[in-house]
Amino acid sequence: MSEVPLTHILFLSTCLFFIGIYGLFTRRNMITMLMSIELMLNSVNINFVAFNKYLYPEKLDGIFFTIFVITIAAAEAAVAIAIIINLYRSHHSIDVEDATEMKY
Amino acid sequence: MSPATIIFYIISAFILGTGVLAVTTRKIFRASIWLLFSLIGIAALYFWMQLEFLAAVQIIVYVGGIVVLIIFSIFLTIKSGEEMPKPILIRSIFSALAVLFGTGFVVRLISLYTFKPISTTAFNLSVNQIGTQMLDTKDFGYLLPFELISILLLAAMIGCIVIALKSNDKEATTFQNSIQ
Repeated sequence: MSEVPLTHILFLSTCLFFIGIYGLFTRRNMITMLMSIELMLNSVNINFVAFNKYLYPEKLDGIFFTIFVITIAAAEAAVAIAIIINLYRSHHSIDVEDATEMKY
Repeated sequence: MSPATIIFYIISAFILGTGVLAVTTRKIFRASIWLLFSLIGIAALYFWMQLEFLAAVQIIVYVGGIVVLIIFSIFLTIKSGEEMPKPILIRSIFSALAVLFGTGFVVRLISLYTFKPISTTAFNLSVNQIGTQMLDTKDFGYLLPFELISILLLAAMIGCIVIALKSNDKEATTFQNSIQ
């Protein structure tokens, strides 16, 4: 258990965060961009849990932040999907390049 | 290397591999399934850290809630069998470069820093402890954030219903006609 240093868990969460960034940059479909954001939020959760477990084992604040982040991610996904479905009704497409009315 | 270490590296390889597939595959339904596997891998990582409560929350909320929501919205919006158009080559090259640079920068920053644990008491987490501290009004209690989150969830739920509601009045249809 203690043989895995904290830095390796942080490397894992860094790689996951940047995978999410890559998805956010390359994808133009709103649902897949939402998936990338979920990956990034999860990497942040891993960080909170790892710091709490390795550096402050007598406290629980990292766990609470993780729970709150998961809750907000759920709310965010629900609102985003409602917006996506509404956009699909009016534009018949969920590509971000097609939604340009508010661009300028 | 002990079995626990080997299991950690297997879990991290699983998370990263499925995560890469989730952002690069061109069939959107497959992308959501790869995302599902990646989230299950993260739940496994919480199990590995002996945080069974958090792993259960992760599986219930993400795997049981968000991914199912995403799959439903895929079925509601696009033809899931179709392949998505390829990303523009120059855009993917530059984002890959940015991502590689960012990863290298952060990894170097982390490896240069030495983390020193403040105390050496063993970490044991009980659900009892979480519940007591979450609904505590004294120092280090999380009652106020808890209530705020509950209001936020209620607001998000009502907001979703209002946004996704099909409007039948004339204003909306004229607005949509003016757009098209």
